[in-house]
Amino acid sequence: MPPPSRFADKAFEWVTLAMALVVVLLVILVGWQLARGSSAAIQKFGFHFLATSTWDPVAEQFGALPFIYGTIVSSLIALIIAVPLSIATAVYLTELAPLWIRQPLTSLIEMLAAIPSVILGLWGIFVMIPWLRDYPFPLLKRYLGWTGLFTGPIYGVCMFAGGIIIAIMILPIITSVSREILRSVPDLQREAAYALGATRWEVTRIAVLSYAKRGLFGAMILGLGRALGETMAVTMVIGNTPQIAASLFAPGYTLASVIANEFTEATTDLYLEALFEIGLVLFAITILANLIGQLLLRTLKTSGARRAA
Amino acid sequence: MIAARHDNNGWRKIKSALASVLSMCAAVLVIAPLGLVFFYLLQKGAGSVNWNFFTQLPKPVGEAGGGMANAIAGTGELLGIASLIGIPIGVLGGVYLAEYGTSTRNWWLRFVADILNGVPSITWGVVVYGMVVLTFKSFSAYAGGLALGFMMIPLIMRTTEEVLLLVPNGYREASLALGISRWKTIVHIVIKTASKGIITGILLALARIAGETAPLLFTAFGNRFWNRNLAEPIAALPLQIFSYAISPYEDWHRQAWAGALVLVVGIFVINVLVRFLTRGRTATVL
Repeated sequence: MPPPSRFADKAFEWVTLAMALVVVLLVILVGWQLARGSSAAIQKFGFHFLATSTWDPVAEQFGALPFIYGTIVSSLIALIIAVPLSIATAVYLTELAPLWIRQPLTSLIEMLAAIPSVILGLWGIFVMIPWLRDYPFPLLKRYLGWTGLFTGPIYGVCMFAGGIIIAIMILPIITSVSREILRSVPDLQREAAYALGATRWEVTRIAVLSYAKRGLFGAMILGLGRALGETMAVTMVIGNTPQIAASLFAPGYTLASVIANEFTEATTDLYLEALFEIGLVLFAITILANLIGQLLLRTLKTSGARRAA
Repeated sequence: MIAARHDNNGWRKIKSALASVLSMCAAVLVIAPLGLVFFYLLQKGAGSVNWNFFTQLPKPVGEAGGGMANAIAGTGELLGIASLIGIPIGVLGGVYLAEYGTSTRNWWLRFVADILNGVPSITWGVVVYGMVVLTFKSFSAYAGGLALGFMMIPLIMRTTEEVLLLVPNGYREASLALGISRWKTIVHIVIKTASKGIITGILLALARIAGETAPLLFTAFGNRFWNRNLAEPIAALPLQIFSYAISPYEDWHRQAWAGALVLVVGIFVINVLVRFLTRGRTATVL
């Protein structure tokens, strides 16, 4: 039998390496395309693009501040709603729930993750918004109106509704990442706490949650990354008005939504360039969130292994 | 003293039970949207899913009826184009991560793949618009498929790597010991053993991108008629749902619900199929 071909072996390795390197190429491609597409806008507006709030395509005045504001505020609302729920659910799934319920519940959460954004948006427009407008919003206005966050006319579509729909979109990812983190907590931790006579909740709080703090923070940041880039569902319920309003009942706009809505309507080159620049800003902040989130999770894995060993 | 301690223990147990109840409520709240969305999809969509829906083109405004046949076919074509890009690159890249490379290099590649996974889907639309649509001066099925294909790459790469790592090293060693070259070992032994897992990963990636709308808005663009040429705009189910949902027409809303129901059922069928496949895989590998 002839010896195995060295050449074929090398060629196969190179081909697979080239394919693996495609991910690196893609990151560069995205950055390059977005920067190239927006170069004239970057030159024309400079940092004013990020700091001014006039978005007037007719006068060719483009400031991204309302979109940056809307993206951050809607994502924060989403995090405030989704993080406690997700982490509590992850705790329930790994620590407190009866064993037989864990697998079916996990499958249901995966199914929630599988619902496309546009379908959640459809449900948001026709089911969630009318309900919010009729029941919870008037109550919030009456009892929490003094905070200034829940004032003004209630249209239904608004920043708050956008935040809620983003929360629903990011619940599954924060839950499943948190669940992985909690599962990776060594059983020795739990056993030690049980041996000291701790109750189930005390074990969870002292031995599990404090051990997993950093990982859970990483899960939250990953959720934030998703929230910042969420497009369809939020576009359908946030109201799409470029303004900075204190009240969460006022319509808002996000970076992703303005691209989705106005990209095909961009009539002038500068308008299109401005939208490319919005894309660049969005790419930059989501990459940053993902970098931090992934690094938190990865360094945790190694240090966790060291501590457990 | 003993009584006090006893009371204290009682309070601790109550707290523990309370934590269980509260976290269970959280879990119920998390899955509640799933139930609600499904309920309304069935309630508002089921009545409109009929033969016409699957066989007819959309009717012009004002005319009732019509269907989304072109959008369903369009989604199929877009997924086909995306697969041609995403599957080979994703699977071979996953092979590299699992079989070759140094641990540092692969750590970086994995890291970049995961970062890429977090890139908002709308970004892919903008990038492909700049690459393809501006270059060829036309929205096209190719552009839409490319955007979806880009999204598939990191997804498939990571799942392929994971299932290849499940293949016991003994298989590789046995094959290499017989004098079979490394690449043949990988293709005929490792990939073959893990094939169910790889297919699972591919199906999950397809299910994930089948509902994507944002990357298609200005690549595939949508089309109210059949697409005769892949270099021209093409309809897609999620795009059609979106444009109908934000339209002011009652009949279009009805169709949007029907389209959403069909899309969700399709995606869930893939997910159930995957569960079925993975059950088989874990049985054979372990």
